Amino acid sequence: MSAHADELMDYDQAVSLFEPVIGLETHVELGTNSKMFCSCPTEFGAEANTQICPVCVGLPGSMPVVNAVAVESTIRMGLALNCDIASWCRFARKNYFYPDMPKDYQISQYDEPLCTDGYLDVIVPTDDGPQVFRIEIERVHMEEDTGKLTHSGGDTGRIHGADYSLVDYNRAGIPLIEIVTKPIPGTGALAPVVARAYVAELRNLMRSLGVSDVRMEEGSLRCDVNVSLAKPGEPWGTRSETKNVNSLRSVERAVHSEIERQSALLTSGGRVVQETRHFHEDTGRSTSGRSKEQAEDYRYFPEPDLVPVAPSLEWIEQLRASLPEAPAAKRARLQESWGITDFEMQTLVNTDALDVIEETVAAGVEQSAARKWWMGEFARSAKEQGIELSQLRVRPADIVRVETLIREGALTDKMARQVFEGVLAGEGDVDSVIAQRGLVVVSDDASLLAAIDEALAAQPDVAEKIASGKVQAAGAIVGAVMKATQGQADAAKVRALLLEKLGVSE
Amino acid sequence: MSAITRADVEHLGRLARLNLTPEEIDNFAGQLDVILTSVARISEVAADDIPPTSHPIPVENVYREDVVRPGLLRADVAAGAPAWEDDRFRVPRILGEA
Ligand SMILES: [Zn+2]
Repeated sequence: MSAHADELMDYDQAVSLFEPVIGLETHVELGTNSKMFCSCPTEFGAEANTQICPVCVGLPGSMPVVNAVAVESTIRMGLALNCDIASWCRFARKNYFYPDMPKDYQISQYDEPLCTDGYLDVIVPTDDGPQVFRIEIERVHMEEDTGKLTHSGGDTGRIHGADYSLVDYNRAGIPLIEIVTKPIPGTGALAPVVARAYVAELRNLMRSLGVSDVRMEEGSLRCDVNVSLAKPGEPWGTRSETKNVNSLRSVERAVHSEIERQSALLTSGGRVVQETRHFHEDTGRSTSGRSKEQAEDYRYFPEPDLVPVAPSLEWIEQLRASLPEAPAAKRARLQESWGITDFEMQTLVNTDALDVIEETVAAGVEQSAARKWWMGEFARSAKEQGIELSQLRVRPADIVRVETLIREGALTDKMARQVFEGVLAGEGDVDSVIAQRGLVVVSDDASLLAAIDEALAAQPDVAEKIASGKVQAAGAIVGAVMKATQGQADAAKVRALLLEKLGVSE
Repeated sequence: MSAITRADVEHLGRLARLNLTPEEIDNFAGQLDVILTSVARISEVAADDIPPTSHPIPVENVYREDVVRPGLLRADVAAGAPAWEDDRFRVPRILGEA
């Protein structure tokens, strides 16, 4: 462990002295029904060791067979990343001894990845407006996920002092794709933001392709973050690799703190060691792990139990032709059609609200109303529950219904919020919540006039003011009527009736 | 053409987690050398029209439909595991790993 591990230099000073070069390796679980090389299910959260078979626990004599959809998904991702697709490639064995793989090797791809040499453009907001960075993609390859270890024993139950480990192989063999960037220079102080934007855009891309739903909170996307520093004009320095950075925010923080750490090290006469570092969510910092000074030797060799993958040109072109609209193009189109600012669009994207809002608009809701609901009440509710907008109980059809009822005068804005409160709480669909909660707009003139009379009697001074022409005072009476009717009156109608009664006009 | 040195055998032994005695290292170095020399001779005989292969049968694109099939019953797995606890395989703690 380095003695300088915890010294950090102020970030602004660090990026004024050094040019960061970053690189990202991103592993994403594909959303296939079955595993990469066997027919076991891939459901998250199943009971330990209930989704395993002889292949994925490495029993002797079992033979892997490649999942066709995993290959197709990888090609589609490669095409969306503007990659070349190999006409012929093989799987390789990566040999290592760790009980997360029962075979003592992981089937991966080594020197023959399925997709190579692509790029992804990401946009980051800067003080001078949005700036585009082209992230060059080195490769996209297929592999299998590993099992999950928990460490027990000792006195803390954590790895240090653990006497033994327990292994669940449900995750072993789930298809993964690994997306590796080329080194990314020239981002300067924006390096952490660019890294985050890149991973966010990868996630958007995978979701739009439907190859993975990328549930980051379930660990289905994991990043290894490489950082090195160079003085301007000088060659790149030694890089460190921070492993298992599992959220967008952590990607940004990992790059940020590594720039601060390496700068402090280099300016105090130290040197950056080529090593694996571990990121800690709680502190936003990393600690030194395994040194990589001695290159790891995984004794890769072509997997003899599998035959080569040789996608035909026809298949590749067919997949290319069926790619959906790229997320960046879709954002540009929707921003134009809705007439919203860069900032407003960025906020929708950051809240993961774009898809649900688009769906809601497609269902027939006016875009401003769709944005108001999703970015307001719903975003708040999702945040409180720690879930994504798409996981909320409310569906676009519910918003269509509520907006129609508002237009027909059957619901007020306030009542609409109560309806959604009920829908979000699982009380049923819009109409049953309205029925159960007795949400009916009080619209008959007689009962409204009665409530107005009551309010006027309670505030005779206000009544006088209005009658003398001070129309702005009407708000107090309207407010009292709304309160008396528990928000179930149409405020505009109350106001009109009030003014008519007192014989004044706006 | 001698290819395998004692250092190579020691390195391979370490990678394979084998504790080799000095005698074994000498012995294996000689044996592995014979194997490599024999393979090299085959490479010399192979003409340019015979590409290297990693598989004895010239087949490509063997795929499975993405369909779930039942696997092993956990009770059977547990019965076959050397050590089992809390529905999981129990394995020795791995030193030098975090
Ligand atoms: Zn399996």
